[in-house]
Amino acid sequence: MSEAIQFLPPRDSVMSRRAAIVTDLAELLPPECLVHEARELVPFETDAFVSYRRLPLAVALPKTTAQVAAVLKYCHRYGVPVVPRGAGTSLSGGAIPQEDAVVLCLSKMARILELDYANRTATVQAGVTNLSISEAVGTDGFFYAPDPSSQLACTIGGNIGMNSGGAHCLKYGVTTNNLLGVKMVLVDGAVIELGGKHLDASGYDLLGLICGSEGQLGIVTEATVRLIAKPEGARPVLFGFEASEAAGACVADIIASGIIPVAIEFMDKPAIEICEAFAHAGYPLDVAALLIVEVEGSEAEMDAMLQSIVEIARRHQVKTVRECQSATEAALIWKGRKSAFGATGRIADYICMDGTVPLSKLSYVLNKTAEIVESFGLRVANVFHAGDGNMHPLILFNANDPADAAKAEAAGNEILKLCVDAGGCLTGEHGVGIEKRDLMRHQYSEVDLHQQMAVRAAFDEGWIMNPSKVFPLDGRA
Amino acid sequence: MQTNFTAAQLADPQVAESEKILRRCVHCGFCTATCPTYVTLGNELDSPRGRIYLIKDMLENGRPADEQVVTHIDRCLSCLACVTTCPSGVDYMHLVDHARIHIEKTYRRPLADRLIRGLLAKTLPYPGRMRAALTLARFGRPLSPFLKRIQALRPLAAMLDLAPSSPARSSMAGLGIPQASGERRGRVAILSGCAQPVLDPGINDAALRLLARFGVEVVTPEGEVCCGAIVHHMGKEDQALDFARRNVDVWIRELETGGLDAIIITASGCGTTIKDYGHMLRLDPAYRDKAAKVSSLAKDITEYLAGLDLPRLDAKGVTVAYHSACSMQHGQKIVAAPKNLLKTAGFTVRDPAEGHLCCGSAGTYNILQPEISGQLKARKVKNIEATKADVIATGNIGCMTQIATGTAMPILHTVELLDWAYGGPRPQKYKQKAAS
Repeated sequence: MSEAIQFLPPRDSVMSRRAAIVTDLAELLPPECLVHEARELVPFETDAFVSYRRLPLAVALPKTTAQVAAVLKYCHRYGVPVVPRGAGTSLSGGAIPQEDAVVLCLSKMARILELDYANRTATVQAGVTNLSISEAVGTDGFFYAPDPSSQLACTIGGNIGMNSGGAHCLKYGVTTNNLLGVKMVLVDGAVIELGGKHLDASGYDLLGLICGSEGQLGIVTEATVRLIAKPEGARPVLFGFEASEAAGACVADIIASGIIPVAIEFMDKPAIEICEAFAHAGYPLDVAALLIVEVEGSEAEMDAMLQSIVEIARRHQVKTVRECQSATEAALIWKGRKSAFGATGRIADYICMDGTVPLSKLSYVLNKTAEIVESFGLRVANVFHAGDGNMHPLILFNANDPADAAKAEAAGNEILKLCVDAGGCLTGEHGVGIEKRDLMRHQYSEVDLHQQMAVRAAFDEGWIMNPSKVFPLDGRA
Repeated sequence: MQTNFTAAQLADPQVAESEKILRRCVHCGFCTATCPTYVTLGNELDSPRGRIYLIKDMLENGRPADEQVVTHIDRCLSCLACVTTCPSGVDYMHLVDHARIHIEKTYRRPLADRLIRGLLAKTLPYPGRMRAALTLARFGRPLSPFLKRIQALRPLAAMLDLAPSSPARSSMAGLGIPQASGERRGRVAILSGCAQPVLDPGINDAALRLLARFGVEVVTPEGEVCCGAIVHHMGKEDQALDFARRNVDVWIRELETGGLDAIIITASGCGTTIKDYGHMLRLDPAYRDKAAKVSSLAKDITEYLAGLDLPRLDAKGVTVAYHSACSMQHGQKIVAAPKNLLKTAGFTVRDPAEGHLCCGSAGTYNILQPEISGQLKARKVKNIEATKADVIATGNIGCMTQIATGTAMPILHTVELLDWAYGGPRPQKYKQKAAS
């Protein structure tokens, strides 16, 4: 297990009352909603950032907002840390617990509460998976736009916590642009509602503050999200290039020309090979880099937009242009792309970076990334949301070799610093979690961090909500 | 993900294999979303990722199985939806097989559980005993409501509820196997099976007629026994391997004497297991190669029929909801063939929503885990009925028995509909239900 990233030491006041806390929680929850046996806690010790693991004190699996409120009120009263969890798919360790924490996992709250087509909204419990919203409204001609690659499994609550994005966010925006309202429980157990079924609320944009707060300002139990009408048609097109630089420059030129396709996804050669082996999507294997560009609208609209994109791609010596011929083929193209991280597991362990850079710096950062990873003697696969500059280098390593794992983490840190230095930021959509926490000082000054912590303290003075995350452990107020 | 085994632990070939499987998992969590028990219970411990983690922890620490681990492994249907979903290619099937064997070897179950599992293992794989048990069950059915009141005896109640109300009889009893007609297109063995011929002999009757009609010679070699799936899924490894070896002997003998193009299986649950014989017997040098040969010959009936290029028939005006058994779509990855055959034969085919989710049958699961099984059945039936089809088609006797207890819609094996379309009799069950 990696050790470079520290957790807060467990609170004595909590550890010494361990048994009593479990007994008390058992009073608040039905038996099937509380996990506390030593063996059963082990599967909750990590999420998709699996290099770090900490056993929690207990896991609460509430079925209602009232149960969430009861648990939070209790933990607040006794100063017991709380780590919220949805499906545990975080790539930044957002749901990794700590020894003195109660994990509050919303996986049993997975019902769709209301579909309101007149207002084009869906109201769902926080444990509903991202994809199941689109599935529920698909036959009626709607969808929910943000589509993280883990959308099959990740929950709306988690999406709100990390302000998740996805391939189609280039056109439709990320979670915060598609979230209209929440019901949430504050740290003292108070249940509040923010927003509603409309685009803006009076007063401060508190909803905007909650979205992306990584479970530190409260726990969202219900969300109302925007539904969007499906376009008449959508077509992913594959553009193969001889060099990554050419593909990167092509992306910058497409965006600079004012065209906004629905998605522009980038894969380098290692990523193409990994994804093709899993999905058999027909990605070209004889190119160094691939762009998946999706256009949508009427046939005429798609044709016109594609024509402009092809012209730009030609200026960058595009080698192959392939339009997909059927809905099945389109589905395979996206299946391959969205399974890229998991499919990488077929060849190696990996950690996935999430830096975002200005598009003009895309080629430079790609080249530098390759240099950095090579300097550590490791390999890298790049598969990411190129249209909004959100890079996802996957650093490949051997998890059973501690030296290799340490090198991978060090390389990752260098890459993230590079993104910041290039005028970008540490995280595009995966959140800070524990993974990027100690790099926050590279992005922000002490003053910046203290202002952010002051906002946090307004919600949770005692630092019990997901306390080891986001802000460096030293120098906290 | 990282694993932590000693060299001594890895000297055990089964541990070594499980370690390799665990190394593939990147803990992404995709599998949770398509797991029937996670979707039903909403607890990581009842998801594939949670079970993988429990198994990893147990094996790494060289611990005997304990009550918690057993509870969550027992709740796994072995539907293998997770294997279809997993982008990393984690071989969950063989990992959970190993865990079940480990449980059977190291954990002493409560008395009632031991008795019920023993009863199932000694009855289901043997057609004679199964027939006798069903007769008893018909008399015992009035006891079901009383048994349900005692938690430990609920599996007995579930067993009584599942037993059909009248004994099934083969329409071809005493007539033997129909002769292949026309140009000869192949010679195959068909698995007679253990529970299926007792519960529904009409399935293999239809398969025999259909194969004969298209010029395929069918043999039923002497000495064949249960495929071993039932006991294999209960972790009873020795009994499962014994069944497998006997079948391997029977089919290899037939292959060497008369020649075989395929071993045809009409229950996809059995098919998944027979296709795995090569793996199950990989550590037995005397059987390894023969078992691999048998596995390579094993074909689901629809897989084999797809290669015969059956003629296209006119539309029938009959709409079929096709329920893909988990052992068919996840275990054997046969997805399009059954539906294409039905369409070619003139049926209109509809896919029920959430087709990837198990109906809750899963071998002995509906007996051993009646609560979860019941919830999955209700969900499955709701999705099937929403198709408003005339009839349900599927390729596994377990699903047929399970779904039939939850709906008034007729449910048939795919091959029964195909036999009917290509000149066979209208299936009894369809007649009865259509008339009622």
